[in-house]
Parts: sequence; C-alpha cells; structure tokens
Amino acid sequence: MSDLFSKFDPLIETREQLLATGLTDPFGLVMEEVISPTVAICNGKRTILLGTYNYMGMTFDPDVVAAGKKALDEFGSGTTGSRVLNGTYSGHKACEEALKDFYGTDHAMVFSTGYQANLGIISTIAGKEDYIVLDIDSHASIYDGCAMGNANIVPFRHNDLDALEKRLARIPEGAGKLVVLEGVYSMLGDIAPLDKMVPLAKKYGAMVLVDEAHSMGFIGDLGRGVAEAQGVLDQVDFVIGTFSKSVGTVGGFCVSNHPKFEIMRLVCRPYVFTASLPPSVVATAATSIRKLMGAKDKRDHLWENSQTLHHGLKALGFQLGTDKPQSAIIAVIMPDLEKGAAMWEALLHEGLYVNLARPPATPAGMTLLRCSLCAEHSSAQVGEILGMFERAGRATGCIS
Amino acid sequence: MTDREDNARKIIALIEPYNKKGIAVTEGTRFAQDLEWDSLTVLDFVANIEDEFDILITMNQQAEIETVGQLIDAVGELSEAK
Repeated sequence: MSDLFSKFDPLIETREQLLATGLTDPFGLVMEEVISPTVAICNGKRTILLGTYNYMGMTFDPDVVAAGKKALDEFGSGTTGSRVLNGTYSGHKACEEALKDFYGTDHAMVFSTGYQANLGIISTIAGKEDYIVLDIDSHASIYDGCAMGNANIVPFRHNDLDALEKRLARIPEGAGKLVVLEGVYSMLGDIAPLDKMVPLAKKYGAMVLVDEAHSMGFIGDLGRGVAEAQGVLDQVDFVIGTFSKSVGTVGGFCVSNHPKFEIMRLVCRPYVFTASLPPSVVATAATSIRKLMGAKDKRDHLWENSQTLHHGLKALGFQLGTDKPQSAIIAVIMPDLEKGAAMWEALLHEGLYVNLARPPATPAGMTLLRCSLCAEHSSAQVGEILGMFERAGRATGCIS
Repeated sequence: MTDREDNARKIIALIEPYNKKGIAVTEGTRFAQDLEWDSLTVLDFVANIEDEFDILITMNQQAEIETVGQLIDAVGELSEAK
C-alpha cells in the first residue's frame, strides 16, 4: 500500500530538523490566558501580543462582549443551520444592516469566515468563459476561489500597473472580466495603488473585487479601507472583508451595489452549504462594526503606533517590508528560516509574540517576522516592544 | 525557417536568463524538474513569453505545459488563434 502521506515527507523533515536544534515550535504556541487585546499569558509568561490582527482592539470592548452574552442568553449557542434554511436569525440581518451602514452600500452578505467569502464570491461570479486577473501575491482564499471555479486565471506581478494593463488588453473581446485586488497585502503590509488600478480595470470593462480584510476599521476616514482612502470606493463592485481582524470576532462578508446581488444567496455554495454564524458572534460583530464607524481617535493612535514601530525598527538596523509604514502591519525580513525561528524564540523569551511567516505564505521565498499593531497598544508598550527587538536582535546576531 | 522553428529559437533564448544550472535546453526539458523553477521565476518567464508573442497564457493553460516542446506548441496555437 502506498502511503498518501509520503508527499509531506520533505516538510516533516524540515520541521524535525528545525525542532531538533531545541527551538520552541513557532506553530505550536498556546495562550493559556488572554488578559486584554494586547497581553496574554503564554507558557506561564506575560506576553505582549504583536501578531494578532486585532487592529482596533475590539475583542474586550464592554459593549461588544455584553451584546454577545445577551445573544447567547436569548438565542442560544448556535443556529445549527444554513443561512438559506433555518440559519438566518434577526441577528444575522442586523449584522448585514450594520455592514450596509458602514460601507454605504445597498447589499451585504455575511459568510461564516472571510476565507469562505472569497471562495464563494470569486468561484460563483466568474464562470467558464470569463477571465480573472489577479495580483500574484493574492491571499490563499483568493487562489482557492479561482481553483474552485472554472474561469481562466491570469496573474500579474505584484502591484505592477503596466503588467495589469497588458493582460487586460490581451483578453479576448466580449469575455467577462473580474480584477481581484487587495487593499493591504498582509505579508509585507504594503498597500495597492487602487487609485490607478481600479480606474484601469474599469477602462477595460472589468468588474473589480477588492479584499479589504487588513484595512477595514483602520484605513480611510470612515475606516472603509484603502479604496476609500484613495477615493475609488464608488468604482469597486465588490468589497470582501472579515470579522476576524478589526471587528474582533469571526466571519466574513461581501458588500456590493450590484442590483442583482441578492441572487448570490441562492447560487453561492460556500454560503448555502455550511452552518451560519452563532447568534453571539453576529451580535458582537454588529456592535463592533457600528462602534468602528466613529473610532477616529483609535485610528489616529494606531497610525502613531505604526509609525513609531516602523521608525524604531529601521533605526535599529532591521530590514523592513516597506520603506514607510503603509498599514498596521510591519514585516521584519529575516535572512533565512533558521535565523527567523531563532529571533522569533528570542522575542518570545523577552515576552513578545509576533508571527513567524515562511514560504509558501510569503512572497519570493522570504522568512518574515510579521508585527501587527493594535489601537490598544499604548505608546509605552511600543517603546517596550522596541527594547525587546533590540535585545533579541543582538542576542541572535540579526543586528549588530 | 518554419514558424515553429522561429518560435522555438525565441523561446529558448528567453529561457537562458533563467537557466541557472546552465543545462542544455531541448524540447524534452521540463520546467519544474530539470530547470527547477519556482513560482516567481515561472511568473517572470511567462510574462516575457506573453510580451514577446503578444498572447495570454492563463494559469489553467500553464498547468498543462510541462516541457519546452509543449510550450512551443502552445505558443504556436495561441498565436494563430489571435
């Protein structure tokens, strides 16, 4: 009998070699206690969280927590059903209303995760004769949405306007076209030139989908994302987002002004063939989304944090993913996986958690220590974080 | 020179900058196993081929192309279909 797991042998070996050096498993961290959006107890040690996507720190917001408890009491622990059968409660509709108000759109559709939102919308709207043009650095959920459908897939070099235009120009006349972009690319924390790309896509008659997972709540005056900040949101046909970052719970969504959008509820399989979110989750999401609309002070503080950390790490001599801070993600580029894992562990010993990111999730085979800031990190905490990076960097030889 | 020979010559010239191991490229050369290209190299190379012949090779079509010979055939078909 051939073992179907043989194909994983190279990965198993890499992992074993790394752990044999005595390193803590970077992918096996357990948080025993979570004190706040920015602090948890890991391995018995008080740890500052700098890798959680909890950008706006809504997870412990008293109003959000209270709404979840109330829904749990009144509607129970789960819906045990699909949105199109018994799984739509008043809370799901209220959550979709909150999204419509947040984005100012006619339609909003809530999925059980952000992954499923991309999977469902992309695989459903682009059919056999259609073309999907996407940035090569797109998230796995976008690629999986492409793989699940049967459209023609055309990738272009990351954030390259010229490469996008060449491909749009070569698509056969009359074919349906969907351009898929992200506001913030989560590995390096860089943003897309949507102000140029979205109008370009429109010039070639394409529909545009923008994933704003890492910008919602933070970027743009109203927190609607990079498309809002760059003044092109009205030209975007579909915005995909998630509740598992700034919103502070779990779930995904698509908002749109397309007049026929509601038909998606019947034809989109990742929406139909899965259970809907529990009542407590949609209650916390709706409350959080409404609070995020007016969270300008928090957005301002988060920008301050992002700038302080970026400038501080650069001054220490670390190589960063972007020249200037463009989002709440600061990626520190490590020379290789071994050094990256050693630095990750040294930071953990200092009491700091960041994400260790490695291929295939990262572009160009890079190993990254990815830091995501939170609006609830105090300025003092950011100073403390820089001190930890300095000590760990020197101890591991990452900086001199 | 036939069109196919002409295409083959152009394609093999475009492979050279990415032929890091300096192997002798023939129609039987495989991109993944023999040239050991990663996904980023494939993206750059495909973009160069697309620009040279003013065609589009979708990821779906790329998945069917394993050898240099198959690429030469695919480029011929795509150029004719324009």
